[in-house]
Amino acid sequence: MSRPEEQVVLAEHPLPETPRGEGDEEARVARRERLRLLSRSKTFLAGALVFGVFVFCAIFGEAVVPYDPLGSPTDILNKLEAPSSSHYFGTDQLGRDVFSRVVVGARDILVVALAATLLGTVLGAAIGLVTGYFRGLVDDVLMRIVDAFLAIPLVILATVALVALGPSKVTLVVVIGIVFAPIIARTVRAAVLSERELEYVQAARLRNEHAPYIMFAEILPNVTAPIVVEFTVRLGYAIFAIATLTFLGFGVQPPSPDWGLQIKENYVILNGGYWWPTLFPALAIAALVISINLITDGISRVFER
Amino acid sequence: MIIFVAAQLLPGDVGRAILGPFAAQSSVDQLNEELGTNRSIVVQYGDWVGGVLQGDLGDSYAFSRPVGDLLWPALKNSAKLALLAFVIVVPIGILGGVAAALKEGRLRDRVISIGGLSATAIPEFVWAVLGIMIFGVWLGVLPTTAQAPQDAGFFTQVKYLLLPALCLVFVLFGYIARMARAGTIESLDADYTRTAYLKGLPRRTVIRRHVLRNSLLPTIAVVATQVGYLFGGLVAIELIFNYNGLGQLIYRAAQRQDFPLLLSATLVVGVVYLVATLIADVLYSLLNPRIRLASSES
Repeated sequence: MSRPEEQVVLAEHPLPETPRGEGDEEARVARRERLRLLSRSKTFLAGALVFGVFVFCAIFGEAVVPYDPLGSPTDILNKLEAPSSSHYFGTDQLGRDVFSRVVVGARDILVVALAATLLGTVLGAAIGLVTGYFRGLVDDVLMRIVDAFLAIPLVILATVALVALGPSKVTLVVVIGIVFAPIIARTVRAAVLSERELEYVQAARLRNEHAPYIMFAEILPNVTAPIVVEFTVRLGYAIFAIATLTFLGFGVQPPSPDWGLQIKENYVILNGGYWWPTLFPALAIAALVISINLITDGISRVFER
Repeated sequence: MIIFVAAQLLPGDVGRAILGPFAAQSSVDQLNEELGTNRSIVVQYGDWVGGVLQGDLGDSYAFSRPVGDLLWPALKNSAKLALLAFVIVVPIGILGGVAAALKEGRLRDRVISIGGLSATAIPEFVWAVLGIMIFGVWLGVLPTTAQAPQDAGFFTQVKYLLLPALCLVFVLFGYIARMARAGTIESLDADYTRTAYLKGLPRRTVIRRHVLRNSLLPTIAVVATQVGYLFGGLVAIELIFNYNGLGQLIYRAAQRQDFPLLLSATLVVGVVYLVATLIADVLYSLLNPRIRLASSES
């Protein structure tokens, strides 16, 4: 019966509000400082610019491209045309315009990668917070699962899962999200372990706050930096994995103009000298992952100082 | 544990997957009966684990041969390719990392770090098609398949494997260089390095005898963990270069829903990873006098 009493006492003598107010102010200053540093980082800006172009392609691509990326019945008449002013990147084996397909192809990979990484980050952050805060048995079990996941390469693990569940965008998102979750959880857990010993967490406990409140309202805002960095790192890996899986035929399915699929359909005719249907999607993948890496580099430099 | 996860994901109807969508249901049922795939998942899993423990990996559905007969030659081929990639990437990666660390924060460091990370982030199959395009088709200096002719000599084999190995090199370079860089920066800051400078040793000697010896230890551990990831990359590489390795085997098994083969191949990848990690641990303690001495005392 002592607990309600404590609450009453606390209510009569409310804790001074100033420390939290100051904390908010500090956080705002820190956030502004980070943004200022980011806006000065050349690598971050270059990455953001390229990434922005791809996001634009993904959203408005269909409206701006000169041809239908899925092709039209008469396309077959001008198949495998070399790049020219009417087809900037040439045409593929079915006569479809490679430029239009590369532009619109940004959509599937970006949507799937962002969704998968978001799922993995939300799951992973939640697991990391809970295990880091409570520790104990759940913690041990989780770490063993992470070890098991790390022993098998992501692409092979995802291949097994996709073969069993049947390839589709949703399975791709779920499989990659679930594989990422424990890895992200480990990073978040490490951050939580050092946070939970700090005075503000003890203060919250003394205020008799619920565990979920302490985890999500007190600790979570203080571990956002590693979560943001982890998100951008994983986004790069997600694109790597999705492109590879799609190339192998276990990811996004035809007739989507996905880049991995375009390479899969066209690399066999490289030897015949038809390089354009392969080169341009390959360069698109390269540009996208490099841009994400530049963003990651900029963000981790600013957040991990 | 891993096997269990994989076993949970057992593909639906194996008989249907082998015979194709047009086969009669009766023949599908008959095949399932023969293969034992109409039993419950738990029974099949128990059977399989029992077999593995006795050294029997079971028969492949798709190839109608014992899984072991398919696995070992493939593993040998993949090992050749992986070995060549490592022989190339380890010295280059370490050199790059150390070169970057010695100029920390300067242009050379930024170029190597960002270049390495970008090379690492680009999927192997993208490097592969770019490599085929440049070296195979435009320059015509390297073969675009990896399978050397029968009875080819050592150098011919290397020539055929060079392009696929280079693709793996690009992907691995970033990791190894990053670790070598971090290790070197750490030991450059260490007290013993300052002492070495203060006692008047030339920079060259300090770096060789004091910095490198300490900084390269963590790199070894990373090289070992990359052995596991390498096999993920091999799936796409071996497919593109039409090389009969473990990666291609996994790809075919996945395509045909050949459950015993897929499971065993995944198991082999896991075992290779564990062995590599073990070797790294042993090497680490052999090379690090602090661990070696500590364990011999106790």
